[in-house]
Amino acid sequence: MLFQPINKNYHEFHIDRDKDLCINCEVCVRQCSYGSHYWDEVRGKVMHDNSKCVGCHRCEALCPTAALHIRKKPSEYRGGASWRPVFMENIYKQADTGGVLLAGMGSPVDIPVYWDRMLLDASQVTNPSIDPLREPMELKTFLGAKPSKLEIETGKDGKPKLKTKLTPQLELNYPIMFSAMSFGSINFNLHRAMARAASELGIYYNTGEGGLHKSLYKYGQNTIVQVASGRFGVHKDYLQAGAGIEIKVGQGAKPGIGGHLPGEKINDMVSETRMVPIGSDAISPAPHHDIYSIEDLLQLIFALKEASEYKAPVSVKIAAVHNVAAIASGIVRAGADIVTIDGMRGGTGAAPAMTRDNVGIPLELALASVDQRLRDEGIRNQASIVAAGGIRCSADAIKAIALGADAVYIATGALIAVGCTLCGRCYTGKCPWGIATNDPKLAKRQNPDIAAKKMTNLVRAWGHEIEEMLGGMGLNSIESLRGNRDKLRAVGLSDTEMDILGVKHAGR
Amino acid sequence: MTKTKTKKITLDAKGVYYKQFNELIREKVREGYTDFTLKNVNGQRYIGTALEGELKFLVEGVPGQDMAAFMRGPSIRVQGNGQDGIGNTMDDGKIVVEGMAGDVAGYAMRGGRIYIKGDVGYRVGIHMKAYMDHQPAIVVGGKAGDFLGEYMAGGIILLLGMFSGKPDAPVSGRSLGTGMHGGVIYVRGEVPEYQLGPGLHSQPVDSDDMKEIARIVKDYAKELDLDADEILSEGFAKIRPFSHRPYGNLYVPT
Repeated sequence: MLFQPINKNYHEFHIDRDKDLCINCEVCVRQCSYGSHYWDEVRGKVMHDNSKCVGCHRCEALCPTAALHIRKKPSEYRGGASWRPVFMENIYKQADTGGVLLAGMGSPVDIPVYWDRMLLDASQVTNPSIDPLREPMELKTFLGAKPSKLEIETGKDGKPKLKTKLTPQLELNYPIMFSAMSFGSINFNLHRAMARAASELGIYYNTGEGGLHKSLYKYGQNTIVQVASGRFGVHKDYLQAGAGIEIKVGQGAKPGIGGHLPGEKINDMVSETRMVPIGSDAISPAPHHDIYSIEDLLQLIFALKEASEYKAPVSVKIAAVHNVAAIASGIVRAGADIVTIDGMRGGTGAAPAMTRDNVGIPLELALASVDQRLRDEGIRNQASIVAAGGIRCSADAIKAIALGADAVYIATGALIAVGCTLCGRCYTGKCPWGIATNDPKLAKRQNPDIAAKKMTNLVRAWGHEIEEMLGGMGLNSIESLRGNRDKLRAVGLSDTEMDILGVKHAGR
Repeated sequence: MTKTKTKKITLDAKGVYYKQFNELIREKVREGYTDFTLKNVNGQRYIGTALEGELKFLVEGVPGQDMAAFMRGPSIRVQGNGQDGIGNTMDDGKIVVEGMAGDVAGYAMRGGRIYIKGDVGYRVGIHMKAYMDHQPAIVVGGKAGDFLGEYMAGGIILLLGMFSGKPDAPVSGRSLGTGMHGGVIYVRGEVPEYQLGPGLHSQPVDSDDMKEIARIVKDYAKELDLDADEILSEGFAKIRPFSHRPYGNLYVPT
């Protein structure tokens, strides 16, 4: 192994094979889609190449004798606070290829996670807490524009009747939805699983920008169909199939960058759904070239409303960026029924690594400032806010709601539920867990029934936890927590951070 | 398919907001009307949007933005100029504009025909796609603005440069076909190389191309009462993508 090029030698992971336990069954050889394990004819045993390991832990999970452990490579650089290994490794790669660095999943960089710096309240003595196991607890959430006032008239039968015409709403049993992951970036088994889980739970899943396969139209009542700049698979039936429509303007993991599904991932079924040729790149640039202004956005919002005959609320999804509050205000004024804010820790199938790790702002700050801005302008009722990007647990979700979100989107969480280990190589199309791959051999590692069950379990569990925490605060409805920042206290945050978040410090 | 009997109606758009006007059109379609004359159209948006089937519209006046967006099947003739976004993401059908048209006509269209007699604005035919038997085509009789056929992934754009209000302008703006990874753009006469997107070259047409061009031109000329032979009397240049994966080598390989 001497005289290796530097790239070969400085790899991230180290495969630990316990020689006593290994029975040379070759399960690891078959499971690893990156070719790290192989059968060595000369030695007559299973060997491995550490440099090919991406750290997905698939072999470790399936090794029948628990002979495998995947560790960070113990060999170390001299190190330093400035030249951390990742920067050195990136330079080696780029010096070899001249290429842009790609990354998958959410940003791992060490920017503050404000969820961890905000704590929830609970009732003591006065305003007693509520036990959700024995008392009614309401998580029902309606997304869509709410009227500024309600007018009531007397009906023919003498009973009061609502005179105000309500705009369409999305009705959720839990304030949690599955966020946009396109068919193509993840495979059909998972789309089927999300659709089934959403139907079972009474929530929604978002198709992402890759269209909707005909066989999933039956889940339309629990589907939000997405429209991005490439308009893949966007047509009349698609727009009328979903209960809601989302315009994707931006994504938290890659603000200012579009989508680009490489030709390798476009097989016959993806091609059929996106309505693009097999093997051709599917390019979805950052701007919709018919949207250069809030007025243009209004034009597309209403084109979609016309196309759905005003039956589906329209969401506009943007990445959390510096002027997010002003942008959100424009979006609401352009007629959006829902504003979705995607924070910079949100996941992605592929993004330029520099963009993912350096562009955008944390969701918490964006969400708080958008909610406040819409309240200050008196238009908060005109649209719901959905928070996305880096929601890791039910506490994150409930804190987001206290900060002003109507509901949250989860995507990375839903993938972890079905086995994702965040190895972050989604863009290779070789996902050993059968998630971010359209290779039929790998994709069948995901059973849609089991995946749907796991996703359902996850949301149900979070629902219980949210109920417990709500009850603890003496609230019996999620509605009472929405934008109720008095239920949050900060720990260790600066005055500016607390000012933006609109929360007091713990102890105050 | 059996031809449904036509049922005619004239609707007056004067002073009617687009929302009510389009609702009225949808209602009449549901009632079985197939042949519409829309009078006094003056900027009403989304006419023909998401309509399906064998419907005919004659638009007297200037329709507003996003006419025929997501349309599947109907034919629309505009006796006047069109605005931006004509045929946005349309699936099928035929649009004939007897005047000029604005920006992004045919955005992401994947089927049908758009025939414009005069000049068009920026980014016409952007994201145009072809899929299976869906083969869209746009014919521009005048000149085009910048970024004609940007990100084009399929279909045909035919740029004639003949019926233009801009005699001194080049036949197309800059960055023609930039990022295209499918489809073909034909330009009557020649197109200056510096107007093309990066990596693209103008090539001579062959006999198969000419057959395709002649087929489209004949239909175009018939619809707009023009002389097909005169249009075809000049040579054509062809711009094709240099790769169906133009950005395939941009990234660090894995």
